[in-house]
Amino acid sequence: MNTTVDLEVKRRPLVTGNQTFESISDIVCKPVEATPPKWWHIALLGSITLLALLMSMIGYLVWEGIGVWGLNNPVGWGWAIVNFVFWVGIGHAGTLISAILFLFRQKWRTSINRFAEAMTVFAVICALVFPGIHVGRIWMAYFMFPIPNSMAMWPNFRSALLWDVFAVGTYFTVSLLFWYVGLLPDLATLRDRAKTKTKKIVYGLFALGWRGSSRQWHHYEKAYMILAAIATPLVLSVHSIVSFDFATSQLPGWHTTIFPPYFVAGAVFSGFAMVLTLLLIARQIFNMKELVTMRHLENMCKFILATGMMVGYAYAMEFFMAWYSGNPYEQFAFTNRAFGNYAWAYWIMVSCNVLSPQFFWFKRFRNNIKLMWVISIFVNIGMWFERFVITVTSLSRDFLPSSWGYYSPTFVDVCTFIGSFGLFFTLFLLFLKFLPMVAISEVKGVMPEANPHHKEAH
Amino acid sequence: MSTSYGMIAEFDGPGSLFHAAEKIRDAGYVSFDTYTPFPIHGMDRAMGQKASHLPWLSLIGGLLGFTIGLALQTWISLDGYALIFSGKPLFSAPAFVPVTFELTILFTAFFTVFGMFGINKLPAWYHSIFNASRFGSVSSHGFFVSIESADAKYDSKETRAFLKSIGGSHIEEVEE
Repeated sequence: MNTTVDLEVKRRPLVTGNQTFESISDIVCKPVEATPPKWWHIALLGSITLLALLMSMIGYLVWEGIGVWGLNNPVGWGWAIVNFVFWVGIGHAGTLISAILFLFRQKWRTSINRFAEAMTVFAVICALVFPGIHVGRIWMAYFMFPIPNSMAMWPNFRSALLWDVFAVGTYFTVSLLFWYVGLLPDLATLRDRAKTKTKKIVYGLFALGWRGSSRQWHHYEKAYMILAAIATPLVLSVHSIVSFDFATSQLPGWHTTIFPPYFVAGAVFSGFAMVLTLLLIARQIFNMKELVTMRHLENMCKFILATGMMVGYAYAMEFFMAWYSGNPYEQFAFTNRAFGNYAWAYWIMVSCNVLSPQFFWFKRFRNNIKLMWVISIFVNIGMWFERFVITVTSLSRDFLPSSWGYYSPTFVDVCTFIGSFGLFFTLFLLFLKFLPMVAISEVKGVMPEANPHHKEAH
Repeated sequence: MSTSYGMIAEFDGPGSLFHAAEKIRDAGYVSFDTYTPFPIHGMDRAMGQKASHLPWLSLIGGLLGFTIGLALQTWISLDGYALIFSGKPLFSAPAFVPVTFELTILFTAFFTVFGMFGINKLPAWYHSIFNASRFGSVSSHGFFVSIESADAKYDSKETRAFLKSIGGSHIEEVEE
């Protein structure tokens, strides 16, 4: 066999259905330009109701104090931190898709990156709510930032909780910038297609007068690449630093070096599941099957399988290290996780996160949309329970049996969490209505016709 | 008639636009531009554009963020609010890594995005090229070339003939 020539491997096309550049704009802009359907209004109303629930729960919390939550001694960290880690983790898949897959030249990302980035930004907003309100006296929340004040008081930079403020703050800002830079050419598309004066002005304002000039594209592409290059270490650092909140403490079950990679893998895992949950619905409703093809969905299933296996490996390795370290507290913490007072939560976590993705070994299941959606829901549930298991089991059974306790959430905990979905979906529904959910210019760029040497002899 | 910004011509796709840009560059025009709905690979070289200086701006941003992050923490921990926490030294280099890193990334991102806006002179809510009658399709499926009247070689008649000869259609003189 001749190995001196490059064989061009034929891949499945990324865009199907004989699309032209114009038809891509039409497909993606349609949901933005058409009058929103009835279900959209109903869904938005539902989301806003949940958002109101969140706001009232926060109001009640601020008025009454942290005592309205189920926290006790020794479990001083409950649903607030669990929800925080849950939401931050969901964001990570968006950055992985937009930045890491970009650096690896994975062109299939173009159909889903806008969607995933929007999810990142909104998930981080939901995440930021929880550390903000859990401080108790939220009028003191400015203590978290290095702001000069009349008490000449400054934050403690040797605390992992403070690192978190900087990590998540930076993550939100950079994700937002990245998203906006990607949106710029598409906002210009909406501006040029706008039929009413208001739309023309509003989209025009945000499009910054983008005119598709190649001299601008040149710097634009460079900026995009640099942003991808810095967002990659950033996303890895963010969940590592979130894991430091636990890992830098002395508590058995938390004080382990496996936490940073384990948390990052779990974050990507949960994020991909959330992308799939939302995308499967949006693709169906907005008729985007020719842009978000089965190939895209299959790739995401493979990601879920791979990261799910990493998470499963971490669960097993934690047990091994507990045994191998010979530390009795560590050994107790892990035996207690699997067989103790919160064993029910542990086994929900294992079944959802380790067992359910195993279906994706088989192509038949990776092409079954209904099954995919069900598994993505299981993973979402499982990853929430993972954070619950880590946080609560370790705290409820610490060093001295005399200080043990059992934690249960109150209705305020539950309603605040449910309400945070209201915040997320309100933002998401507004995004679907007012912004293009697929990166129009990027999808055009990966079509074979976009290559200036297309159909020319090589 | 008011002053002319330049001449605009439309092409039917990325391929013909790419070769047109090469011909315009080789004909000796300097103040010209192409307009496309998506970036075309290799267009910068076809137009004779130099490498972007943006990475240098990003580097400056990164270094600035690194310095600010480290200086902020050092000053606060050693002088501004010097307290001993869990027996750690006042200057705890490993503990300062996360915040220094995050601020490095943050400043790099700011310098990259706003640097790109600066180099591209954005926002530019008014630009003469939008006066061209068919330019609205540029963000969807239109491929255009413009040669600006500021170019030394620009001549209303000759430039029009030249654009026609390299395959341009709907050639139009754009007002300032």
